[in-house]
Amino acid sequence: MSFEATILGLIVLPLAAGVAVFLARQTAWPLTLAIAVLQLVSAFQLAGIVSTDGPLRYEVGGWGAPLGIDLYADGLSALMLLMTAIVGSAVSVYATAYFGSHESGEKHGHDQHLFWPLNLFLWAALNALFLSGDVFNLYVTLELLTLAAVALIGLAGTVEALAAALRYLLIAVAASLFYLLGVAMLYSVYGTVDWNLLGSQLRSDLPSLCAIALITVGLLLKTALFPLHFWLPAAHANAPAPASALLSALVLKASFFMLFRLWFSVFPGADLRLAGHLLAALGAAAIVWGSLQAIRQRHLKLMVAYSTVSQIGYLFLVFSLAAEPTVAWDAWSATAFFALSHACAKAAVFMAAGSLQYATGSGDIDALAGTAQQQPVTVFAFAAAGVVLMGLPPSGAFLAKWLLLESALLSGQWLLASVVIVGGVLAAVYIFRVVARSLVAPEGRATRHVPLLMQFVPLLLALVSVALGAIGPQAMSLLEVGTPFPPLTTGGVP
Amino acid sequence: MTYAILYALCGTVLVGVGFFGVVICRHVLRKVIALNIMGAGTFLVLIALARRTPGTLPDPVPHAMVLTGIVVAVSATALALALLRRFHRETGRTELDRVVE
Amino acid sequence: MNESRFRQLLVVGFAALVVAIVGGLATAIVALPTEATGLAPNVEQQLGQSGAKNPVTAVLLNFRGYDTMLELTVMLLAVLGARALTRGGIGDDPYTGLRMSPVLDGFVRVIAPVMIVVAGYLLWVGGHAPGGAFQAGAVLAALGVLLHLTGVAWSRHLSESTERWLLIAGVAVFLAIGVGSMSAERRFLEYPSAWAKWLILSVETVATISIAAILLALYRSGTLRYTFQTKQDVKGTGR
Repeated sequence: MSFEATILGLIVLPLAAGVAVFLARQTAWPLTLAIAVLQLVSAFQLAGIVSTDGPLRYEVGGWGAPLGIDLYADGLSALMLLMTAIVGSAVSVYATAYFGSHESGEKHGHDQHLFWPLNLFLWAALNALFLSGDVFNLYVTLELLTLAAVALIGLAGTVEALAAALRYLLIAVAASLFYLLGVAMLYSVYGTVDWNLLGSQLRSDLPSLCAIALITVGLLLKTALFPLHFWLPAAHANAPAPASALLSALVLKASFFMLFRLWFSVFPGADLRLAGHLLAALGAAAIVWGSLQAIRQRHLKLMVAYSTVSQIGYLFLVFSLAAEPTVAWDAWSATAFFALSHACAKAAVFMAAGSLQYATGSGDIDALAGTAQQQPVTVFAFAAAGVVLMGLPPSGAFLAKWLLLESALLSGQWLLASVVIVGGVLAAVYIFRVVARSLVAPEGRATRHVPLLMQFVPLLLALVSVALGAIGPQAMSLLEVGTPFPPLTTGGVP
Repeated sequence: MTYAILYALCGTVLVGVGFFGVVICRHVLRKVIALNIMGAGTFLVLIALARRTPGTLPDPVPHAMVLTGIVVAVSATALALALLRRFHRETGRTELDRVVE
Repeated sequence: MNESRFRQLLVVGFAALVVAIVGGLATAIVALPTEATGLAPNVEQQLGQSGAKNPVTAVLLNFRGYDTMLELTVMLLAVLGARALTRGGIGDDPYTGLRMSPVLDGFVRVIAPVMIVVAGYLLWVGGHAPGGAFQAGAVLAALGVLLHLTGVAWSRHLSESTERWLLIAGVAVFLAIGVGSMSAERRFLEYPSAWAKWLILSVETVATISIAAILLALYRSGTLRYTFQTKQDVKGTGR
């Protein structure tokens, strides 16, 4: 498969499938599953091509930057596309059972058939975002992603979901406008919106710094970094379980990816050390605050949503750690790998939570008494994914946290190092709370039978996330392609 | 100071007014209108700065960007209004609760 | 310090913050060079092969056509989102058959054909002067709204399936052209210069109808009644 073919498979065909499913409802399941397979094949192929051939460019419309739009793929994009393909496929399969069972179960007054075209469009938007080489094109794909996400939250049909979706939409549009204003300023200074060209030309003057600030603030709002995270818990908790999985696992990573990419590949011309330390400090605060809030929650999905707030914090430590050249590669690659690991684990947790909620008929953690006996598969899936969230070996998160810890210690950032450790301990507290409650003797009525797919898909994804540590070296070598911080030596991995 | 820069400054003021409105106003419809003002300000900045070309014709790329931006803003506004109408229908309220942790 | 004083202080503080931000941005803008060409020379160089004489149309539909395709998808998603909240499609419409006023009726009778002609003109003129699909689509949508307000039940003749086809037509045409150019050994959405003008015109025509349909669908989703139960689920704010 050539790069062109993978683009066809990753962007064009999911869009076309979304259109087709919107036209003809009955094609929803077969088309979605076909696209899922296609995504996995294309993403793996792309990773292979990038590993051998290096970073790839594709001129859409044949014009080429700066006049046209370029698509760009390097190791980081390939890893993100793999993440999207794996998590997206798992959630799609889970959703076939989730919406199938809910239709016969409760009475919802809305069109759940719309999940399928929305899912496909979300997928296309994510892939288009990860492959984009143009900051204005990133704006359009980000908006596409936002609208799809808002619509997915609204599918739940409850008043709380509606309010959460409305709040998220308002904040997301405001954030996008900040981003757009930043892009406008960058264009007026440098005359291009292609981020590779921008990266080679960027200097540290006032308009550029303003643009960087605007873009950063917009993306921070979208990635829900503390203290701009207030919209997230309600939105992720009230959405239907497959949507929550997609939102926490993938949508947040998209805006983070943009910030990650822009900050290190486009902005290094400017001196951003102070801002980097501020971002890392906010990340550390997010880890602690999010975990503490998660421990306090009585509702299962709200707890998981606060866990997301906390885990997002780990991703931001790199903005300070990468300032030190000796540890930059470790911190950068660890962050990318952590994003992959968290995506798989969080999606598994949300799907398992959805299954448990369906089984017990209630969203409270207290209602989980006895589920270890009655829903062993689902509880095990939750626990296994929880192991990844805690950052225990052999999961990829352990590898990532180890590298982050090492980077922090080597660059003398004692506070960040201690936060990484404390974060793991706090995560253990909220995960164990749920597992412990499920081990208690059952009280009240027996749980409903949960469809097999809803039990085993979270388990499968959880096991994948646990096993990610095993492919750590391959992931790292993939990430080396096109990285802004080439590795100095091959040491550092235990 | 050329006319272009003056219009761009006007655009920045609009962005400020709009952002202030989005955060401070409680009624969701006012928030949506404030968002549109913010959008108008951003587009004005883009178009004004495109007028700095030395010839008679402005730079067409920001104009295309603004067209795209307007369409996106309209779509998002429409969705927000649909959500608000449904929310008002269900609860009779037009203000979202303040998020308390 | 009681609640409202605290809030007043917060508002004033926030206003000060916004003023500071605007001041910073203003300083940055004033610091920009007063003359900058941007991408205008690049556009002018390639304008001949782009198939449109209007540079904005050339940028929108040829050089950066990928963005326009995605933007049409954004519009479609807004409709999907609005539909996700109602029972979908053409429903219980409170305006059908409502006669509002004879002045409005008379006005619409005169203006409706004019608006169609204006829309067609805007579409055609977009090739060489300001205009194009979005403007024409907006005019058609406005016509639809006017007809709706005068109680003309034009949507009754439109089946749900036809409406869906109209909604996706814009994106579908772009995708078809893109895939077509890929199979002809070119890049995605690369138009051969000889055909560029007709490709752009056909995309714009279909897009006009699609945009009008999308805007009208969004308008209608605001007028429908919502008549079903909701399930009280998560109190998402922890109160």
